[in-house]
Amino acid sequence: MSVFEGFRFRRVTSPIHRLDPRIKFLYVLAMFVVTILFTEFLPLLVLFFLPVPFVFAAGVQREWLRSLRGALFLATIIFVFNFIFSYFYRVYTGAALLEYSISMSLRFIVLVESFSIFFLTTSPDHLSLALEQSHVPYEFTFAFTTAVRFVPVLAEEAQTIMDAQKARGLELERGNFLKRVRNYIPILIPLIVSAIRRSLELAEAMESRAWGASSKRTNLYTLQLKRSDFALITLSVLLLAVGLYLRYFVPIPTLGQFLPPLPF
Amino acid sequence: MIETKDIHFTYRTGVEALKGVSLAIRDGEFVAIMGQNGAGKTTFVKHFNGLLKPTKGEVLIDGISTRAVSVAKLSRKVGFVFQNPDHQLFSETVEEEIAFALRNFGFEEAMVEKHVTWALNLLDLTEYRKASPFMLSGGERKRVALASVLAWDPDVIILDEPTIGQDHRQKEKLRQFIVQLNEQRKTVVVVTHDVEFVAECNPRVILMVDGEIVADGEAKKILTDATLTLSASIVPPQITQIFHNLADFGLPSDVIDIYEAKKILSDRLMEMRR
Repeated sequence: MSVFEGFRFRRVTSPIHRLDPRIKFLYVLAMFVVTILFTEFLPLLVLFFLPVPFVFAAGVQREWLRSLRGALFLATIIFVFNFIFSYFYRVYTGAALLEYSISMSLRFIVLVESFSIFFLTTSPDHLSLALEQSHVPYEFTFAFTTAVRFVPVLAEEAQTIMDAQKARGLELERGNFLKRVRNYIPILIPLIVSAIRRSLELAEAMESRAWGASSKRTNLYTLQLKRSDFALITLSVLLLAVGLYLRYFVPIPTLGQFLPPLPF
Repeated sequence: MIETKDIHFTYRTGVEALKGVSLAIRDGEFVAIMGQNGAGKTTFVKHFNGLLKPTKGEVLIDGISTRAVSVAKLSRKVGFVFQNPDHQLFSETVEEEIAFALRNFGFEEAMVEKHVTWALNLLDLTEYRKASPFMLSGGERKRVALASVLAWDPDVIILDEPTIGQDHRQKEKLRQFIVQLNEQRKTVVVVTHDVEFVAECNPRVILMVDGEIVADGEAKKILTDATLTLSASIVPPQITQIFHNLADFGLPSDVIDIYEAKKILSDRLMEMRR
């Protein structure tokens, strides 16, 4: 469950937490686009280290590291698959093959990293406020924030269910691949059933508190752009511009230039 | 025999749930672990079948450390019934639900059949054999969960809050059932804050406050101790409260059993009538 840890918001304040979520999302999008632009190792490495100052400014290093550790497993799979398939289909060879496979998994890590920072530093309330002020219908906003809010609850519940089934002799790590997948049935069914039950209960509770009674909603707080938000806008646009410029006008050094010829 | 030696447990969130707990539960004992919410009761008993391993200290089940064996292996000996049956029910029929653990423990099919029938009978569930556990009422689901653990006949049975959501009749049945298990030399550990239930059962009571054991002894002694119960945020049984309030009339202050209370009162009333 460690991947979830990296997306769990904790109520603290920092300059990063106080940024407008819309702008933070703009920044994440810029990061996303620029990351997708490159398949070379060097620029991706730079992109990986780019958000580190934000992480420290927000004081979420521990959670951030945990989410990276969680992403590492999937990143390894991405590496292995890319390596094997590119090798057999002869898309790349030698250093280029190595670089391509590493870059693909690094790209995934960079994406997880930026989204993780966004969710770690943005409270669900802020997020829904941002969505609402972007004229997203409130039903969707509510559904979205509820989903985000229930992730940790669900993760905790999954843990309890796992304990309960382990106490009945279930061994998750036993058997071949298919058996292991099947081992998760006794965990998934109670989890899904209870999630559905909970959603029905939530709906009833909302109805009884007159949810949707007035069509025009007002908010106590409104989001307003501050100077730091404009700084982030500038940064995001700059990031995008530099990324595009480097991509199309500057030759990017590859790993092959630094490595001796490789045997594959 | 369950032995814990000065165990500490800290959750990943940094919450220290157990702060040095030492306890020995002999075979065939009936123990109630009591205390307020968050006192560490459930955390503590989750150490008995190895679901949690102590961050410091050691838990021994029949002399074997829980660190040395798997949860599955320990569970064969120590059955744990979770508080919420919905956290474990997943099968299409009640029968399958009960057979699940038996198959995990490698019982022969003939034995599975035998144990399932026995467990269904034991908990009055025979008529629901082919029913879906999801269609049953809350109390029935709880009994299915209980049956699914008792089916493999573990030596130790841990019940986490067994009385929650049960009506009086079911509670009484549960009590008789526990007494019956206990007579078969099974060790029974109940985690609860249902004071009245404990008063009726009269087990050995272990009182926990803030991750530590503050009292250990007969229910009669602990539940009637006003300072102890106050410190653990539990209220003494109603009959004890009445007797405390009537202490001026010379009534004893250590009564938790209704029948005993009735006897004392009727003796007094008889005296007065004379």
